[in-house]
Amino acid sequence: MPAVSKGDGMRGLAVFISDIRNCKSKEAEIKRINKELANIRSKFKGDKALDGYSKKKYVCKLLFIFLLGHDIDFGHMEAVNLLSSNKYTEKQIGYLFISVLVNSNSELIRLINNAIKNDLASRNPTFMCLALHCIANVGSREMAEAFAGEIPRILVAGDTMDSVKQSAALCLLRLYKTSPDLVLMGEWTSRVVHLLNDQHMGVVTAAISLITCLSQKNPDEFKTCVSLAVSRLSRIVSSASTDLQDYTYYFVPAPWLSCKLLRLLQCYPPPEDGAVKGRLVECLETILNKAQEPPKSKKVQHSNAKNAILFEAISLIIHYDSEPNLLVRACNQLGQFLQHRETNLRYLALESMCTLASSEFSHEAVKTHIETVINALKTERDVSVRQRAADLLYAMCDRSNAKQIVAEMLSYLETADYSIREEMVLKVAILAEKYAVDYSWYVDTILNLIRIAGDYVSEEVWYRVIQIVINRDDVQGYAAKTVFEALQAPACHENMVKVGGYILGEFGNLIAGDPRSSPLIQFNLLHSKFHLCSVPTRALLLSAYIKFINLFPETKPTIQEVLRSDSQIRNSDVELQQRAVEYLKLSSIASTDVLATVLEEMPPFPERESSILAKLKKKKGPGAVSVSELEDGKREGGELNGGGERVTDASAIAASNASTPSPSADLLGLRSAAPVGSAAPSAGSLLVDVFSEAGPVAPSSGVTDDNFLSDLEPATEPSDTLLVEAPTESDSTPSSSSLGSEDPAPPLPESDELLNKFVCKNNGVLFENQLLQIGIKSEYRQNLGRMYLFYGNKTSVQFVSFTTALNVQTKPVEPLVEGGAQVQQVINIECLSDFIEAPLLNIKFRYGGALQNITLKLPVTINKFFQPTEMASQDFFQRWKQLSLPQQEAQKIFKANNAMDTEVLKAKLLGLGTALLENVDPNPENFVCAGVIQTKAQQVGCLLRLEPNAQAQMYRLTLRSSKDTVSKRLCELLAQQF
Amino acid sequence: MIRFILIQNRAGKTRLAKWYMQFDDDEKQKLIEEVHAVVTVRDAKHTNFVEFRSFKIIYRRYAGLYFCICVDVTDNNLAYLEAIHNFVEVLNEYFHNVCELDLVFNFYKVYTVVDEMFLAGEIRETSQTKVLKQLLMLQSLD
Repeated sequence: MPAVSKGDGMRGLAVFISDIRNCKSKEAEIKRINKELANIRSKFKGDKALDGYSKKKYVCKLLFIFLLGHDIDFGHMEAVNLLSSNKYTEKQIGYLFISVLVNSNSELIRLINNAIKNDLASRNPTFMCLALHCIANVGSREMAEAFAGEIPRILVAGDTMDSVKQSAALCLLRLYKTSPDLVLMGEWTSRVVHLLNDQHMGVVTAAISLITCLSQKNPDEFKTCVSLAVSRLSRIVSSASTDLQDYTYYFVPAPWLSCKLLRLLQCYPPPEDGAVKGRLVECLETILNKAQEPPKSKKVQHSNAKNAILFEAISLIIHYDSEPNLLVRACNQLGQFLQHRETNLRYLALESMCTLASSEFSHEAVKTHIETVINALKTERDVSVRQRAADLLYAMCDRSNAKQIVAEMLSYLETADYSIREEMVLKVAILAEKYAVDYSWYVDTILNLIRIAGDYVSEEVWYRVIQIVINRDDVQGYAAKTVFEALQAPACHENMVKVGGYILGEFGNLIAGDPRSSPLIQFNLLHSKFHLCSVPTRALLLSAYIKFINLFPETKPTIQEVLRSDSQIRNSDVELQQRAVEYLKLSSIASTDVLATVLEEMPPFPERESSILAKLKKKKGPGAVSVSELEDGKREGGELNGGGERVTDASAIAASNASTPSPSADLLGLRSAAPVGSAAPSAGSLLVDVFSEAGPVAPSSGVTDDNFLSDLEPATEPSDTLLVEAPTESDSTPSSSSLGSEDPAPPLPESDELLNKFVCKNNGVLFENQLLQIGIKSEYRQNLGRMYLFYGNKTSVQFVSFTTALNVQTKPVEPLVEGGAQVQQVINIECLSDFIEAPLLNIKFRYGGALQNITLKLPVTINKFFQPTEMASQDFFQRWKQLSLPQQEAQKIFKANNAMDTEVLKAKLLGLGTALLENVDPNPENFVCAGVIQTKAQQVGCLLRLEPNAQAQMYRLTLRSSKDTVSKRLCELLAQQF
Repeated sequence: MIRFILIQNRAGKTRLAKWYMQFDDDEKQKLIEEVHAVVTVRDAKHTNFVEFRSFKIIYRRYAGLYFCICVDVTDNNLAYLEAIHNFVEVLNEYFHNVCELDLVFNFYKVYTVVDEMFLAGEIRETSQTKVLKQLLMLQSLD
């Protein structure tokens, strides 16, 4: 028992601990503890007042019992009593018991606070520190209320001892984190910042943590810390290895303080003052130089301490991202570490290089290490190191090395740890899509992915390959051939069957000329997998079969035979049975023409962000995939889907009748019945989302995800509906010609005002007069939008010759609107580039012989194409500063039109489509938002700051974006809103 | 910032647990077990860093004891790795060749050492000389 032999402890405690350690069983331990608890309880309840030593000893025993994992329900009061002892050891045990055991909302807090107050006022540095440590450890709101005012005073007072200052600084940090509203730095700010100059390095070490936290929240108020931090850092970096005596650790001067200083500087952009910046660059160069010097000690502590500073310096260099020379030097240094014998260094180098890869200055330098990184992926023993290698390969991938990297990642997948396979699969899929030059490579890659790691291929991945094959006719034949070959394998992953079924159902005809893949062989191949598949896959295969009947009439008898078999038509699964019955019926009664129309090839999918990327982002948690990466992915990925026909127009907005992109769907006449709600896509599922455009999916169908024909099913009488609307499509005449020669009226004077009503909302009544009401529902995603216009006839008389025209291309509505009735028009919108003028909507009709001619502005404004972007305060201000060219900013100061209600403002800003960023602006009254405007041509990042001045009833609105026209337009639009 | 500090032996017995954020008792127990599970399976060829929930653990093994510090993912790995060593050297000096039993019998003193070197989840003092001087001064008080 070493403690006892040292003779300075509590003997009774040491004996008790020994007893517990000697217990042979859990039962014996519990017995001994219960005996002790009974003993302590009787002592505490006894008539005889306990002396301080006994009290301390028993409280300490209770603490020990608690730490063993037993509940303690008494002794708190005795512990609190110890606080008022004037013996250090008794006080210390009292404070320790409270720090460990008293939760922050205990009723004892008031008593405790009282004791703390006395100790803080005691002028005894030991007692003051104990009290401060207790506050820092408990950190409750009540403590903040009681002491948040007092502690800054202690921190900056001239006569406070250094050790007390250290504790006070960190105590204040804790209170600031738990109750920022109670810690008001105001008058203390400058004196706290000047602690960076304190002679005592320990004080600087502690205070800098507080300053860093405060700077993150209030960068402007604390910005003077930058030059102080630089000069402090410079003094440390240039000192000889023994200068700092107590603060030299294995020949490295003040490593932790250096790291903290470099971390503080990362709260700010590069110093504007040339001299300060020069000094800092010099420091960073010295740190990089030192890495090349021979070590002053062979001990790992020496190199760790040195490299801790080096990595922090590299973080700062990456944060600034403005010194190409330093970035490349950093990259070279990390390159050396990639081959270092220390696993820690290899790991950290891979991690750090990952961020370097995204800088334009160092991307190329990072790429030179590709072979080493690939080698790491293959040979590292620690899975976390391999994971970093995979991350880095992903980050350094571009068009030049994509094939190599994807091939390496694929081969790694075969042996990869289960824990990281899914993420690897997503990454391979994303890279393959992003950098595909020829699409046969893309198809090969994804099919390989399914072959190697089929279980980890999520739906998003195989949906995506199908989307791309559908949208690109140059790859369809190859895809059919490849998937046919892949299905030859005796054991095929079910995901392969899904892709195979879908692709052969659509494009099997492209390979049917080859006798080795004749229609019947294709069918038999697919059907041979049928019985091994789950219900959703079987449902998909049934749909593929009906498509086969259309593609290859000669397979009809065989397939009908299969559909007719009991195992299909009487399948116990409702979905399968229903499909079998319906497809059988459809194939028997529909004429070839009808069949061909119903089962026509899938129309191209609308262009959109890859949902795989979204999934990876979700998997990695917020912030893991940077916004720029996401934007980049979309930009590059967009090329893939460009193959679809798209309505374009000279104007920036292309509008088309909703039926255009999917004629087969519209045949069923479901579109007009589609409630807006049903069009909302279910998260993460691309296909469902596509189908919802074609009308509501039958609620009974449980496998909509795989069901590419589901839009056929809700029609209970398919043969009827099939014929209803088809003619209207073909014989509708362009609106203007049927109407005669009247020109569209000029826009109504109030049309601008009406437009403004819709800047921050998507639904509502656009226009109303005595005759007509026009309602709008709209939804937007990325650069696409869909708008439903509802024209309501308020009268009891028919409107005849009812037409609407947009100044962009459109298709007509029903020419008659019955009295009291409503007609609906759907407009699909694609934003090609940024724009100012809204499209004009002209409505003409005859009401009792009189021509009505109304022109409105369609409420489509540039902000509708906003995608919100969440970002941290630091990123926001960094971007804000990056957009500092005068033309990038637009600003307006204007009077409030409405009450300045915070909640209303928030709702409006959210309605605008941007992300409302909390805790970014140092002034809580202000609002800041960020978003990216998605147009087909480009993406425009926008930042917004709205500063209300309640006294003056004025606002100042500032917009910054990478495009001047966008800043200006948004500013104009928004100035009308508040 | 540091979220918690744990000292555990190979059997998973906790020799010190210091928490810098609020957890309830059940959660603490779960964390202790999880940390033990992720750390003890690693060998000398592995790094001293492990991803842990949304944080990371920096750890180092001394004889049969694992010293683990849980920090934010953006924190400096090597700085905390050496902070552990610095702490261990102080313990070693203070207890004259520290062993596991010293930490058991003097658990209440270990907390004092921790509070001298780490506070509110941040590094408070790094000079071994200063810390030891302060500890010896406290030792002499009664």
